[in-house]
Amino acid sequence: MRSAELTTQIGASVSNGLAYVGTLAILGERAAYYTFVAPFKGKPLRLQRAIAQAMEIGVRSLPILSLITFFNGLILALQSAYELRKFGAISYVAGAVAVSMTRELGPLLTAIVVIGRSGSAFAAEIGTMKVTEEIDALQTMAIDPVHFLVTPKFLAMILMLPCLTIWANTMGMVGGMLFGVAKADFTVGRYIQASLDSLVLRDVITGLIKSVMFGITITAVGCQEGFATRGGAEQVGRSTTRAVVLALFLVILVDLVFTSLFFFFGS
Amino acid sequence: MKTDAMISLRNLRVSYGEREILHGLTFDVYDGETMVILGGSGSGKSTLLRTLVGLEKPTSGEIWLKGQNIATISNAEMDKIRKKMGMSFQGGALFGSLTVGENVALPLRQHTKLEPSTIDIITRLKLNQVGLSGFENYMPSQLSGGMKKRAAVARALAMDPEILFFDEPSAGLDPIIAAGVDQLILEVKKAFHMTIIVVTHELASAFLIADRMVLVDKGHVVAIGPRDEMRASQHPRVRQFLDRVAEPAVAQELDYLQMLTDGTPR
Repeated sequence: MRSAELTTQIGASVSNGLAYVGTLAILGERAAYYTFVAPFKGKPLRLQRAIAQAMEIGVRSLPILSLITFFNGLILALQSAYELRKFGAISYVAGAVAVSMTRELGPLLTAIVVIGRSGSAFAAEIGTMKVTEEIDALQTMAIDPVHFLVTPKFLAMILMLPCLTIWANTMGMVGGMLFGVAKADFTVGRYIQASLDSLVLRDVITGLIKSVMFGITITAVGCQEGFATRGGAEQVGRSTTRAVVLALFLVILVDLVFTSLFFFFGS
Repeated sequence: MKTDAMISLRNLRVSYGEREILHGLTFDVYDGETMVILGGSGSGKSTLLRTLVGLEKPTSGEIWLKGQNIATISNAEMDKIRKKMGMSFQGGALFGSLTVGENVALPLRQHTKLEPSTIDIITRLKLNQVGLSGFENYMPSQLSGGMKKRAAVARALAMDPEILFFDEPSAGLDPIIAAGVDQLILEVKKAFHMTIIVVTHELASAFLIADRMVLVDKGHVVAIGPRDEMRASQHPRVRQFLDRVAEPAVAQELDYLQMLTDGTPR
């Protein structure tokens, strides 16, 4: 009896989760349609709005992202040096930092910063509009809320996340370099050379592909949670929290899926 | 006044999930008239309005609007009809990130190929009609409640709609401002001869603006008729609503006891 109940519950949670991913996919697909197809059918993009969003998502997050990835590069260097030192291989620090930043931590840290800044903001903005009937007003004016609100965010996100990721990778390596120059007998030139030597284009590209997927995930979750807001102001707060937690979880999940794909099919 | 039906409801039922809110409504709204939908809180009048503008889908029944049954048409077809409708929401629902002028211009920018200068002129014209000339560049947050409502009416009028919907036009306004909004509805009615549907529970306002009224209670149509007929109605539920009699408390002590013990009043 117990185990039957348990399986039912697990089944229900799994199917709920899959249904949620399904709604995200539908939202993402519609946003992609309005971004890439509809402009050629006479439904223009709100470019100005997209640029404003790109400023907010991208440019305004540069200071905090730089600081976080710089520190993280430094931490990576310290941690890997701790292990490498035992083998007298401390000069491999540059490669260790470069590869782990570009393949994994650059895209992931960027996504985490963007979730905190923009994923939450999307949910709060759309949630508030939902509560004040502005979403309903759009619909009664025959304006599709997805086209009007989600598409500019979607476009800004898939353009800005790769850019931010490249910046994050660079800042991480600069952080590693600080350690390399101070404690591992590198010169600045030799550290850069060692970093570049250890990287192949594939490392950078897979990181950027992941960052685009993260961008789509964050937009879809933030907007979906906003649209799902019911009731009053306190619900907007709840939606925002849900958006952040779910986006973090799904970004890690997407990361796992794509990293596995690259591992098994990339050879 | 013409008597062609602009909107015809036939046995309209709407549910939220399991709970049915509207239990089969049937009535017509004629072309060019002002119809007031009266009803208390929880009567289903707001749901009715949301269904009429296509924000809720009926579970069964028909809504005939401009020769089409909007209960069954696709979103694209509904959007075509929506361009001929204007809706003024209870709280205004102005877009906080746009100025008042941009709010009014938005439907024109989205749906017409007019020159920006023409749109500017129309915007100023519409704002002038609602008594808000000179407020184009204000943000909605800088307006008072009454002004927000006027701006919302200007936005609803932007596309020169054939049908105008109002959700609780005087809710949350002081009596003087509310009277101003009523006056505005009357002016719009006189100037454009459009079909106007107003949902409200404000009796004074309802009797001022209505040609005909329909009283909705617990998801049913209780009474429908011209304003004066409604005023003179002897229907107990109508009288209760018009005379503002409170819902009778549980009538007898025995019933009360039974309700407490079984949870079901007799």
